[in-house]
Amino acid sequence: MRKKGFADLFFVFLLLYLFLPILATMLYAFATNWNKTVLPEGLTFKWIATLFQDSSFIEAFGRSVLLSGGAVLLALLFIVPAIFVIVLYFPKYEKWIQAAVVMVYAFPGVILAVGLIRAYAHIGVPMILAVLGVYVISILPYIYQGTRNSLRSVNGKQLLDAAELLGASKAQAFTKVLLPAVYPGLFAGALLSFSVLFGEFVLINLVVGSRFETVQIYLMKKLSTSGHIASSVVFVYLVLMGILTFIISMLTKRSKGAAKA
Amino acid sequence: MLTSKKQLFVWILPFLVLVTLFFIVPLLYMVISSFSNGDGFTLGHYQEVLTSSYILQGFKNSITLSAVSAIIALIVTLFAVYAMMRFSEPVRERILMVSNLTSNFSGIPLAFAFIVLLGNSGLFTLLFEKWGIDSLSSFSLYSWGGLLLVYIYFQLPLSLMLLYPIYYGIQQQWKDAAALLGASTFQFWRKIGVPIMLPGIVGTFSVLFANAMGAYASAYALTGSNYNLVAIRIGALLSGDIFAQPELASAIAVILGVTMIIAMLLSEWSIKKTRRNL
Repeated sequence: MRKKGFADLFFVFLLLYLFLPILATMLYAFATNWNKTVLPEGLTFKWIATLFQDSSFIEAFGRSVLLSGGAVLLALLFIVPAIFVIVLYFPKYEKWIQAAVVMVYAFPGVILAVGLIRAYAHIGVPMILAVLGVYVISILPYIYQGTRNSLRSVNGKQLLDAAELLGASKAQAFTKVLLPAVYPGLFAGALLSFSVLFGEFVLINLVVGSRFETVQIYLMKKLSTSGHIASSVVFVYLVLMGILTFIISMLTKRSKGAAKA
Repeated sequence: MLTSKKQLFVWILPFLVLVTLFFIVPLLYMVISSFSNGDGFTLGHYQEVLTSSYILQGFKNSITLSAVSAIIALIVTLFAVYAMMRFSEPVRERILMVSNLTSNFSGIPLAFAFIVLLGNSGLFTLLFEKWGIDSLSSFSLYSWGGLLLVYIYFQLPLSLMLLYPIYYGIQQQWKDAAALLGASTFQFWRKIGVPIMLPGIVGTFSVLFANAMGAYASAYALTGSNYNLVAIRIGALLSGDIFAQPELASAIAVILGVTMIIAMLLSEWSIKKTRRNL
C-alpha cells in the first residue's frame, strides 16, 4: 500500500508537469502585466483582440491551414487508395508499407530538410511544393494506422466480397459499402495528421523560411518581440488542438463501438 | 485476372511516385552530397565530422540530452502507469486522451510555455526569488538543464502512450498465480513482471531516444544556434548565408539518420519480442 502511494506521487507529478506549462501560457495570454509579480496583475482580452486584428497572423493562419490541409487532402486522394488496394488485394506486399512507415517515422524533419534542399533547390522547383510533398509522405504513419485499423475492425475483405456476391460492382462495393464503413477511422487519421502538420516548424523554416510564413514561423518571430502576443498565438493553437483531439477521440470511440456491435 | 491486377496497380502508382520523389530521391541526394565536393568523390566531409571537436561535442550533447530525458521520462511514466491502473478503464482512456493532447504541444509553443514558467521573468523564477532560493532562481532555461526540462516534457506523453499497452498486457491471473504460490508483490515484479516488460521498455527507450535526437524546434526557439546539438548544427550549416556548408550538413545528417535507423530497428525488434511474451 505504501508503494502504491509512492507511485501515485509520480502520477500526480506527471499531470502537474504536463499541465502547468499549458495553464501558465493560457493565463499569460489574458494577463495585463506579468513581469514583476508571481500572478498576473490583471486580466484582459486585449492581446487576443490585437492578435485577431493583425492581418499577418490571419494570413499565416490561412497558410498553415492551406499547407497542412492540402497535404492531408493529397494523402487521402493518393495514399489511402494505395493502402486499400495493397491491404485488400496484395497483402503479401503490406510489409513494404510497414517498412516505409518505420523509415518515414525514423527520419526527422531536419534530415529531410537537408535532402530536399540538396535535391530540389537548384533546379527551379518551387520549394513550397517540395515541402508539401514531404508533408504528404511524413503523415504516412498516421494515415496508414487509421486506414489499417478501420479496415481490420470492419473486416474489409469480407465486406467487399459480400457486397460483390450480392451483385455490386467492384466500384460500387468500394464506394457504397467499404468507404462509409471505414470513414470514421480514416477521418480520425486525417485530423491527427492535420494537427501534427499544423505544428511543423523545421522543414518549412529551413527549406522555405519567411517567404511562406506559417503560424509556427509567425510565433517564432513574436517570441522575441511580444510575449503577450506569442502566448495568444499559443492559446489559439491549443484551443484548435483541443478541439481536434476531442473530435478524434469521439471518432475513434465510435469506430471501436461499431466494431463491437 | 491479369488485367484486373493491372487496373489495381494504377491505384498504387501515385503513392509510389510520391514516395520516390519526396522521400527516396531527397535521401539519395543527401547521401551523394555527403560524399562529394565540387569535382568528385570525397570522404573529406566525414573526416571533418570525425575530427572536428565542435561537431563531436554536438553529438555528445545530443546523445546525453536524449538518453537522460528518455530515462527520466521512462521512470516517471513506469510508476505513473502503475498508479493509473487503479482507475477504471474509461477513466484511464480519458487520461490517455488528455496526454495525447499534450503530445501535440511541442516545438515552438512548448519552448514558449517554458519561457513563461522559467524564463528570465518567468513565474517560477520570480517565485524562487521571492522565497529567496538563489540556487533555483539563478537557474537558466537557456542551458543544458533547461533544455532537459523541455525535452522531458515532450517525452512524457509519448512514453505513456507506448508503455500503457505493454503494462496492460501483464495479466491479473499471473499476479494471482504468483501470489497463490507465495510471491510478494515485489517478487512478482522483480521475477515476472519486469522481465516480461523489459524488451518493451528497451523498445520504448529507443523510440524516445530517437525522438529527442531528431528534435530541433524547441532547442532552436530557446537557444537559437547557440547550444551545440546535432540537429541545430545541421540547421545552422544548411541555412547559414555566409557559412553554408550543405555537404558537411549532409554528412552529419547521414550519421544522424543511421543512428535513427538503428534505434528504430532496435525498438521494432524488442516490441515484437514483447508481443510474443504477452
